[in-house]
Amino acid sequence: MAQYIVKRIALAIITLFVVSTFTFFLMFLVPGGPFLSEKAPSPATLKALEEKYGLNLPVTQQYKNYMLRLLKGDLGTSLKQRGREVNNIIATRFPVSAKIGAVAILIAVTVGVTLGSIAALNRGKLLDSIIIFFSTCGIAVPGFVVCTVLMYILGLKLNLLPTFGLTSGRHYIMPVIALAFYPMSYISRLMRSCMLDVLNQDYMRTAKAKGLSQWKALFKHALRNAILPVVTYLGPLLAYTLTGSFIVEKIFTIPGLGDSFISSITGRDYPLIMGTTIFLAFLIITMNVIVDIIYKLVDPRIKLS
Amino acid sequence: MKNMPLKIDINSDKSLPLTFHLNPEDFLPAEEEEKQELVVMRESVSFWSDGLRRFRKNKLAMASLFVVIFMLIFAFIIPMFYPYNYYQQIRGSEALAPFEYSEKELAAKEAGEKIFPHVLGTDTLGRDIMARVMMGSRISILVGIVASSIILIIGSVYGAISGYFGGWVDTIMMRVVDMIYTVPDILIIILLSVTLKYPLQNLATKAGFAWINRVGVGLISIFIVFSMLYWVGMARIVRGQVLALKELEYVSAAKALGASHKRIIRKHLLTNCIGTLIVTTTLQIPASIFTESFLSFLGLGVSAPMPSLGSLAATAIDGIYSYPYRLFAPAVTISIIILAFNLLGDGLRDAFDPKLKN
Repeated sequence: MAQYIVKRIALAIITLFVVSTFTFFLMFLVPGGPFLSEKAPSPATLKALEEKYGLNLPVTQQYKNYMLRLLKGDLGTSLKQRGREVNNIIATRFPVSAKIGAVAILIAVTVGVTLGSIAALNRGKLLDSIIIFFSTCGIAVPGFVVCTVLMYILGLKLNLLPTFGLTSGRHYIMPVIALAFYPMSYISRLMRSCMLDVLNQDYMRTAKAKGLSQWKALFKHALRNAILPVVTYLGPLLAYTLTGSFIVEKIFTIPGLGDSFISSITGRDYPLIMGTTIFLAFLIITMNVIVDIIYKLVDPRIKLS
Repeated sequence: MKNMPLKIDINSDKSLPLTFHLNPEDFLPAEEEEKQELVVMRESVSFWSDGLRRFRKNKLAMASLFVVIFMLIFAFIIPMFYPYNYYQQIRGSEALAPFEYSEKELAAKEAGEKIFPHVLGTDTLGRDIMARVMMGSRISILVGIVASSIILIIGSVYGAISGYFGGWVDTIMMRVVDMIYTVPDILIIILLSVTLKYPLQNLATKAGFAWINRVGVGLISIFIVFSMLYWVGMARIVRGQVLALKELEYVSAAKALGASHKRIIRKHLLTNCIGTLIVTTTLQIPASIFTESFLSFLGLGVSAPMPSLGSLAATAIDGIYSYPYRLFAPAVTISIIILAFNLLGDGLRDAFDPKLKN
């Protein structure tokens, strides 16, 4: 087990290193520099700016500096928002995204697992067909479609919910639904097929034969086994929620990290792009490692290798 | 004469009731027709006909196949006959509602000219929205198909080599796959599509690379980006299949007959996981379309004036209150395309590769 964990963490660290190196050189490839896009500053100012941010150094030197700072957890200073540190921007922006994301993940998992189980228990009946229909549509509809349809119907036509900002509890409803929609459908499909698998197992028959009540058998035996594949989906789910927030935050104008990432891309704010990418990659990769280890822990049948 | 058992002919020769007088006709060689009737085996069912039979029985899959065909016609054939094209700006016909005519067009109609209605209206620049939605669907479907084909090639060759050779080759190759797998793909895709545009634009100015501009820098960078990251899933699946297939007798037989590694991989291993390849590629198409729409919604996909369903929706969102149909047309179209390809892939999987289901 210890060996597996070490191996898994080592791979994660190498991946992070590769991602950050890759990000750095990709950003370097982009011509035009960050100061050229708007009104062009005078050559002297440009030089001073480049010197200030270390952009005049040779690539290798810049790379070395960058990686050394990265090791200390320092992601650099934003070029566009004068003097603000990337760490600072992430620290103020990320909690907003995290709040929405956490609620969305919670809803996606609970509703998805419940719907999937209900569908499996009612196999072939009307309820099953309805759930299959909606979850099949759910994984086919892109996030921006869900967002805009919600916004149009609930926000503009019925005037029930506010369409932008994040100042009250009601502001959370639409972004959370939009973010949870796809993973919820995915989880309920996954859960349904796993549940059907489990319900046909011998131990379910044994449970019934020894007189366990239906509910007890369901919770003690079926659900516990069927939920395992959902655990493996938690890693991709986090990745989806974080990247899905780009769209949701853009549409509902929420001051989260996704929104700042998109504007940093259009504004070519290199340190902010790199910083956000590495931060998000770190989160996702760490989460994947944790999920993998949890998975092996909760299911002793899986061989460690 | 048919199937008549060999028997003593007593009826024809009553004068000799007790002799074993045999009818010589019974000893004639059997005719071709008779031989055929003795064959009890059914015609062998080939892989394809078996799969096709199962596919045809699946109503949902058949329906989705028709929707896919309809969308292909909608995206590739109808625009040829449609009187407006996606970049044409019609002066005086800006921001029309569906089936609304501009004054100029009304005047022309009065004069007896035939004017084709703007089925979905026009945008603020006077471009016909229907034509743009059709073009956007074409881009989306093209991205899906081309990206999936590239992924198919890279993934299947990589996976087959890794699985076939095994040992340290496999270990190293799979470590690379594991690494790409753990990388958050959307982030890298966004980064790449931001940065790749510039080197590609440079390349397009060089001789021999002018075709890049014709296809569009945005599209090409999407192809590159997708094929760089998404092949790993395909590679894993193919490797798993090849690991099992390479132990089979016919591979040993081919080896004993002196077939080269290349030939074994191409002729025996890859052809035998064709079902998996078809299914995985088909399911990759909607996944690619999904990601492309995400990118172009963020403004990172194809470059203007070329529309994509994602970018059409993105531009329409500002006018959501006044012109909701501008948003719903691309949104509904993309959902239908993805749904149809998803269901088609599921149907193909059930028909050709039932094992893959879980």
